[in-house]
Amino acid sequence: MARLTSMQDLAVLRDEIKAKKDNRAKEVAICTGTGCLGLGAAKVFTTFQAEIESRGLQGDIRVKETGCPGFCQRGTIVVVSPPGVYYLGVQPSDVGEIIDQTLLSDRLVDRLLYTDPQTGQKAIREEEIPFYRYQKRLLIKNNIKIDPKNIYDYIAQGGYQALVRVLSGMTPQQVIDEIKRSGLRGRGGGGFPTGQKWQSTRDAADPIKYVIVNCDEGDPGAFMDRALMEGNPHSVLEGLIIGAYAVGAHSGFIYVRMEYPLAVENARHALHQARELGLLGENILGSGFDFDASVHRGAGAFVSGESTALMNALEGKVGEPRPKYLHTSECGVWNRPSLLNNVETWANVPLIINCGSDWFSSRGTERSKGTKIFSLVGKVNNTGLVEVPMGMSLADIIYKIGGGIPEGKKLKGVQTGGPSGGIIPARHLETPVDFEELTRLGSMMGSGSIIVIDEDTCAVDLARYFVDFLCDESCGKCLPCREGLKRMREILDGIVSGRGEESDLQLLREIASLMKDASLCALGRTAVNPVLSTMTYFPEEYAAHIMEKRCPSLSCKALVSYCIQPELCVGCKLCLKNCPQGAIAEEGDICVIDQSRCSRCGICFDLCPPKARAVKKASRGSKQA
Amino acid sequence: MEAADRKKLDEIINKYRGEEGFLIQLLLDLQNELHWIPKEAIKELSLRTGIPVSRIFRVASFYKAMSLSPVGRHKVSVCMGTACQVRGAQRLLDATESRLGIKAGQTTRDLNFTLNRVNCLGCCAIGPVMVADDTYHGRADASTAEKILKQIAAD
Repeated sequence: MARLTSMQDLAVLRDEIKAKKDNRAKEVAICTGTGCLGLGAAKVFTTFQAEIESRGLQGDIRVKETGCPGFCQRGTIVVVSPPGVYYLGVQPSDVGEIIDQTLLSDRLVDRLLYTDPQTGQKAIREEEIPFYRYQKRLLIKNNIKIDPKNIYDYIAQGGYQALVRVLSGMTPQQVIDEIKRSGLRGRGGGGFPTGQKWQSTRDAADPIKYVIVNCDEGDPGAFMDRALMEGNPHSVLEGLIIGAYAVGAHSGFIYVRMEYPLAVENARHALHQARELGLLGENILGSGFDFDASVHRGAGAFVSGESTALMNALEGKVGEPRPKYLHTSECGVWNRPSLLNNVETWANVPLIINCGSDWFSSRGTERSKGTKIFSLVGKVNNTGLVEVPMGMSLADIIYKIGGGIPEGKKLKGVQTGGPSGGIIPARHLETPVDFEELTRLGSMMGSGSIIVIDEDTCAVDLARYFVDFLCDESCGKCLPCREGLKRMREILDGIVSGRGEESDLQLLREIASLMKDASLCALGRTAVNPVLSTMTYFPEEYAAHIMEKRCPSLSCKALVSYCIQPELCVGCKLCLKNCPQGAIAEEGDICVIDQSRCSRCGICFDLCPPKARAVKKASRGSKQA
Repeated sequence: MEAADRKKLDEIINKYRGEEGFLIQLLLDLQNELHWIPKEAIKELSLRTGIPVSRIFRVASFYKAMSLSPVGRHKVSVCMGTACQVRGAQRLLDATESRLGIKAGQTTRDLNFTLNRVNCLGCCAIGPVMVADDTYHGRADASTAEKILKQIAAD
């Protein structure tokens, strides 16, 4: 790679890449994001490569690995272009057929296309699939077009054009004004106005400043930052360089949690390639502006995603939060002014520069502008990443894009905002999703996870789950969070095991109000949201657990029992072979559970073949059991 | 410490020479190479870098990625993120624990397996998720766990 020394060089390079690209007639894009990898994408990719090679087709067909296009539920995703045939659920055994039919003879492999569950109609291209049709994909649309390890792919899609625009004709203050006008707000959880943050970092007196990408995406259920960092790392890097120019920083950090090894790898690779091309380093594109960045791996601590804790971690210290007497924009890493933004926030920057703040702010609601990527997961038919304008209703997201709830179950609610968020009941589904509305309902936007829960999920147990999660992740520095969480866990453990008392609810409220006021950082202050929101919206579930010692969702282990219905048992012995307690015995042709040895793990319930469904779950002590 | 391990430690310390705030990155590399962080390594590191033992120990004991005791040859993790949780991750973990005869966070006596619960791996759309020796398995249940563990043990 030759170093580019002027902005003109980049334009020439882009033309060259585009001209060369047309040589090969066909292209196969295979998603090898972590989601598809978990469904066997690596093998699909190697099978394609081997087949293409053995048939001597390398000169005509390019096989490329790409990032995540979002529809993880139906991975492995393979797109054949032109014309852009969208194959879902591809297995290695399908590869030969795709080559024969689609690549060599322009025919479709019907069974790999999306089929509408209602009409039975097949969808060929991305935009015909309902999951994509109702989205407005600005940030993740390029993921399937780009090999994240190839900077040329990004440049061919218009990459680094925003950087050229900034370096060639905008003053730092003009850049900040543009971001301010766009109304962009931080995508990591807080929703703080991005432009304002940039301004205070720029205005800080210290001449040495830092810019930071926060890719410590710890919220369970959220993975948009992973998808962007893995799938389109240069879009984040381009935003970062622009931010550095705007605030006057010359070095930066990309902080990636170690649970995302592929994101670490791709971020490092992106930095390396950008450096070789002269998009990082001294005198970037001949502009006179110097900037470089490095990747820092997180070491596994949820609290390190908090901005001040992350800065401690960058300094090689324990990732505990600091009190915020001074804003990090004045006193951050090494006590220097530091501008920290979330991955998705940074990725929005090149878009705003390229298309203008007016264009950006024309989408969204009055106070929440632009699009937001949500991870739609849990009990919903189409799980994956969805990017929609701010303000779309939860109902539209779940039913139009998500395709509703599987197995005809009833929707109970949605959990948003991770462990700092709350659970919103089904009756509030018409709520438009933006920062203000979610907070008003006692939850929050957080990083954008939407976890759909159905009637089988117990609201009390879910609250207990989050408290347990946070107990594990609280750094222990301040007492309200450390002790408050432990006591709440004890109480909730008691309730879900049938030892709850009426006074518990009052006690939970008292602890919650104290933690809200007195915790050092947002982790402790918002940790009470899952508990308070479930107490508000699902009081009848708490009452059933405490007064009747009954779990209405039949989910809490201590309050249910399993039995095998003799008339339905087919005698396959699958449950008997897999019961970890050895609590199942044969009685004639059928199996029977010995209740005294049963640990109620539910493995028999899961394994019982669907055609039999002989294992029955019931409230403990009830007559059916 | 064995000579080979000492050599690895040397290489890692040299790699980060002159960098500010290198401690976490260095310990992560050490964890990757040795699969745990022995006491002797902490002492040696303190001597060579001037960072007090107490501070190194504090960092190494704070972060989940670092282990102060030896881990098994095979690493198995079950994701307990919310999306996996509502789709039955607890049952997957229960089954894995009973199959290996250890609880999450423990290592089998023959040092063959270490089992961990992790708080979200970010592949929420395909949960429950289990990772065995760096390979991700989506939509895993008790029978997947059985199959995977059998296969690893046979290799």
